[in-house]
Amino acid sequence: MTPAVDEALLRGLTPTVLAILVRRGADFAAAEDAVQEALVEALRVWPADPPRDPKGWLVTVAWRKFLDATRADAARRRREDIVDEEPEPGQAVGVDDTLQLYFLCAHPSLTPSSAVALTLRAVGGLTTRQIAAAYLVPEATMAQRVSRAKRTVSGVRFDQPGDVATVLRVLYLVFNEGYSGDVDLAAEAIRLTRQLAAVIDHPEVAGLLALMLLHHARRASRTAPDGSLVPLAEQDRGRWDTRLIAEGVEILQAALARDRLGEFQAQAAIAALHADAPTAEETDWVQIVEWYDELVRLTDSPLVRLNRAVAVGEADGPRAGLAELASLDEGLPRYAAVSAYLHERDGDLASAARLYAEAAAKATNLAERDHLTRQAARLNTRLRG
Amino acid sequence: MAKYLLLKHYRGAPAAVNDVPMDQWTPEEVTAHVQYMRVFAARLEETGEFVDGQALAPEGTWVRYDGEGRPPVTDGPFPETKDLIAGWMVIDVDSHERALELAGELSAAPGAGGKPIHEWLELRPFLAEPPTVTE
Repeated sequence: MTPAVDEALLRGLTPTVLAILVRRGADFAAAEDAVQEALVEALRVWPADPPRDPKGWLVTVAWRKFLDATRADAARRRREDIVDEEPEPGQAVGVDDTLQLYFLCAHPSLTPSSAVALTLRAVGGLTTRQIAAAYLVPEATMAQRVSRAKRTVSGVRFDQPGDVATVLRVLYLVFNEGYSGDVDLAAEAIRLTRQLAAVIDHPEVAGLLALMLLHHARRASRTAPDGSLVPLAEQDRGRWDTRLIAEGVEILQAALARDRLGEFQAQAAIAALHADAPTAEETDWVQIVEWYDELVRLTDSPLVRLNRAVAVGEADGPRAGLAELASLDEGLPRYAAVSAYLHERDGDLASAARLYAEAAAKATNLAERDHLTRQAARLNTRLRG
Repeated sequence: MAKYLLLKHYRGAPAAVNDVPMDQWTPEEVTAHVQYMRVFAARLEETGEFVDGQALAPEGTWVRYDGEGRPPVTDGPFPETKDLIAGWMVIDVDSHERALELAGELSAAPGAGGKPIHEWLELRPFLAEPPTVTE
C-alpha cells in the first residue's frame, strides 16, 4: 500500500518554496508556475517514493522547473547569469518573505476575485482545478484569472510593505464563500490566517482568526440534514465545537488586551458572546449592542446598523428594534427579513408574513430564500387557522 | 464573485431600438453581428469572467404533466405569448455594475445598417451558495 501524499504539508510548504525561488532571482510569475509544476510532480511521485526532506525536494524540483522554463525562453537567458551567482539551494528563508507573498497576492491593483484566486494558488498551494471547482467556474476561466492576476502584480517589488487590511479582506472573502468542490474554503481560509498570524503580530489578524474560528465552530449546527438553514436561536448548541470556541475566545482576549480595536475584533467579540451563551435566552444582548456601537463607530456601515437593530430588538424589545430600523434605508439587503422578524416578535403577524414573503423574493441564496418562504408560509397558515 | 445569466430573446423582450429582423440584414451585417458576439465571449474568457454560453434553437415546446399514466401535454393554448430565448451566457463578475456594463456591451452588437442593435437583454443573478457566515 502506498501512503497518500500529505496535502496539508505540501500546501503549507508552498509559500516558503515560492519565496525561496523569488529570493533567488526568479520573477514572481515564473516562480509561481514552477512551484505549481513541482506540486503536481510531488502528488505524482511522493506516494511511491516519499522524500526525506519534503521542503528540500520541492525547492530542488521547482528550481529545476524554473530553469527549464527559463532556458526554453531565450528572452530570459539573461536571468541565468543572475542564477549562477546565487548561493546554493537550502538557504534559510525569512518569515518576511511569506508575509510579502500575502501582500502581493492581495495587492490593491487586483480585483477581489483575482486576489482571491492568486492567494489560494500562490499562498495556499491549491491547484487551479481545485480553485475552479470551489468557485464553480471552468478551469480555463480560473487559469485566466490567475495568469491575469500574476501579470498585474508582475511589476510590484517583492520587498515593499503591503497593507494588512487588504490581506484580511481577501482571507475573509475566501472564508465567506462556503464550500463546493473538494476543498473546504472556510477551513483553507482559517489555515492561511493561522499561517499569517504566525508571521505577523497584529491585533486585527488575531481578530479575524478568532472570528473565523468562532463562526466555524458553529457550522455543523447551522444547517439541518436536508440543507435548510437553522436560525441561531434554534441551533443545537451541543453540536458547537467547544475546542474551536475556546481557542477563538483565547485569541480574541489576547488581541483585545492590546487595546487596538478593529472591525474584526469587534465582530469576533459579538460571535464570542453568542458562542458563550448556554441557551439563546441567556445571550448577553446588552453587551452585544455595545459591541455593535463600537462597530458602527469603526465602520459606519448601514449593514452594521441593520444588525444592531436586531440586537436592540433583543435587548430592549421589538418596538425598540423597529424604531432603530425606521432610520435605515429600506433598500438594504435583509432589511425586509429583519423587519419581518421584529414585527412577528411584536405580535403583528400579518405584517410579518407579508415582509417575510418580500424578503424571500429578495434573498440572494437558495437556503435563505427557502427559509424565509417557510417563515411566511408558517405565519400565513396560522393567520388562516 | 457573483454569477449572472445573460438572456438573449428571439421573442418576449421589448423591441430593440434598431429593430430590423435579422433576415432583412445584408449577409455582411449578419457576419459582423456574429463576429461581435464571438469576440465578446472570447474576451470574457481572457478576463476570467466567462462561465458558459450556448445558442438555442428558435422553436421550443411547452410541456406539462397530465396525470398518472398519461403522456405529458405539449404546447397549449398559449403559443403566442411564450418567450423565446435565443441564447444564454453565464458570467462570473466582481460586481453588479460590471454585469450591467457587460450586458450593455453585448446589447451594442451591430445590426442593420452596421448600427448597434440596442436590443434588450435580460440579466438575472444566480442564487448563490449560502455564505459561511449567516447570523
